[in-house]
Amino acid sequence: MAVVPRMLVQNRVATVGLLATALVGAALALIFFYAPTDPDQGFSQRIFYFHVPIALTAYVCFGWGAWKALRVLWKRDEEADLQSYVAIHQGVIFGALTLLTGSIWAKASWGVWWSWSENQLVLFLVLFLFYCAYFMLRFSVEPGPARANMSAVYALFGVVLIPISFLAIRLSQKFIHPVVFTLHGPQMTGSQFFTFCVSLAAMLALFATLYAVELAGKRADADIRELRALLS
Amino acid sequence: MIRARRLGKRYGERRVFADVDLDLDRGGLLLVTGPNGSGKTTLLRVLAGLAAPSAGELQLPPREAIGYLGHEPLVYRELTPLENLSLFGRLYRIPERGERIGMLLERFGLWEVRHERVATFSRGMQQRLGLCRVLLHDPGLLLLDEPANALDSHGLELLGDVLADRGRAVAVATHDPRSVEPLATERLAFA
Amino acid sequence: MRYASDVGALARKDLLLELRAKETLPAMLVFVVAALTVFHFAVPHGTRHVAALGLLWVALVFTALLALTRAFVAEREQGLLDALVLAPCDRSAIWLGKTLAVLAFLVAAEVVALPAFAVFFSGVDGRTVLAVALADVGIGTVGTLLGAMAVAGRARELLLPLLFLPLAVPIVVGGVGASAGAGARYLLFLVLYDAVFGLLSWAAFEYVVAEA
Repeated sequence: MAVVPRMLVQNRVATVGLLATALVGAALALIFFYAPTDPDQGFSQRIFYFHVPIALTAYVCFGWGAWKALRVLWKRDEEADLQSYVAIHQGVIFGALTLLTGSIWAKASWGVWWSWSENQLVLFLVLFLFYCAYFMLRFSVEPGPARANMSAVYALFGVVLIPISFLAIRLSQKFIHPVVFTLHGPQMTGSQFFTFCVSLAAMLALFATLYAVELAGKRADADIRELRALLS
Repeated sequence: MIRARRLGKRYGERRVFADVDLDLDRGGLLLVTGPNGSGKTTLLRVLAGLAAPSAGELQLPPREAIGYLGHEPLVYRELTPLENLSLFGRLYRIPERGERIGMLLERFGLWEVRHERVATFSRGMQQRLGLCRVLLHDPGLLLLDEPANALDSHGLELLGDVLADRGRAVAVATHDPRSVEPLATERLAFA
Repeated sequence: MRYASDVGALARKDLLLELRAKETLPAMLVFVVAALTVFHFAVPHGTRHVAALGLLWVALVFTALLALTRAFVAEREQGLLDALVLAPCDRSAIWLGKTLAVLAFLVAAEVVALPAFAVFFSGVDGRTVLAVALADVGIGTVGTLLGAMAVAGRARELLLPLLFLPLAVPIVVGGVGASAGAGARYLLFLVLYDAVFGLLSWAAFEYVVAEA
């Protein structure tokens, strides 16, 4: 079973995993002990340090997935198909967490589990549905270049949908989401901003780790199946 | 026409065929045999350019020089033979479409029914129309998957004429090679 | 121009097929009127005009889904996409021809739906008609591409609504906003959607239908 450690090293899992653990630990410490309590919203405001970094990480996941999708179509790179799929898979997980943390924040702040005035939440709902359909598409088509191409095209549609949907949602309602980032920079104090950045770094590192782990696992699966097919 | 070296195709982990070498030129007839499900159809689709090879090199002529008849005759059932062939004639940019279409329909015994919907035809007649479609643009490379399917004796005669024409490169996939065997210049057997 | 002639031949083929089969368009017409009837019973008396407009758009989107689900049926059932892909024409011509045919069906359905809506609920003005026209372009272009994807797999009719509805959200936002008279921004937004996704669909179709 010396294969397992070598696999982890080859896929840089160990390095990224350690980094992620350190950052997540630091972020948690900062969020609960260092960041100042918000005068308006109290303790529940701390959800923000989870919610927004998770949301941003989800965007990064979809963006990475779209980049790999572009490589599938442009360079006919089959490995990129797997990478795109894993990135989008992670994106859906982080997206679901965004909806969850957003809902908790809404409940804590305004007493409702869902609010249609929350642009970010609505956007994520639309994207979540879109990328769920991505998986339906993948499961419905036989593996091969056709499936890789179609998944890639759909992933690119997704990344274009993000700004278009955002525009649409903004058009359709008033902007109630607490305006934290404006054109003049974050409306946060120094310590708040620092906590936010560490948390963001932690979430990105977490994505990188989960991405590497899932990718390693899927590659191993594929290798084993190919070996089995060759031997039979 | 076709050059293939170590050609392979797989879907995910499912290997369909591997290590196929081919050289096929005008005048040559490649006979691909094997039981159903052995990969003959997939090979023909790869040679038609419909499926991308997973491994190896493949050189094919451009699309306008390829004619492919699959398991299905690939004609619109709700259209008439004339409408079907007019559509493909336009897409393949055939000069003097009308004459060529008329000539082919007569040759394959479909001139009388040229204005009737293909859905009313027997399978054998549909197959004959498929042969018309595939010959319409006079391709240098002809790929036929089970072409004898559903053909009656007259249809088989017509098919025989097509295969005997040495001006093209032809590849035929069939699980019953008896009639094609004598004409073959190359053979490929799938297990 | 070769491309235009190919597109014309393909669009004509699709319209001819529907003329013979007479399946899709009648179904769309009946469906849209039935949907509007159901909506009448679903909303309380004296509903505001804006809410009723929302229902019009729901009806239009789902009627469009009928057309889109049927769009590639012939090609799928008879394997004809292979024959079209093999032809030396540009693959995007297949998409454009099909999109034009889908647009024709949508317009035909709306010629019935909009007057029906005006009679059942309240008036339909020029803005609404323009919004519907712009939305049709978006629905047709994106829907045709997704239709080709859905048809390639196993789940087919189940898959298309799932693929299409998230992408239809911006269209509905733009459409309802424009018909409610909330400003020219909504019409401009629809134009933006059409341009962006139209271009994307046109360019991406080749990759959806051809492996090599």
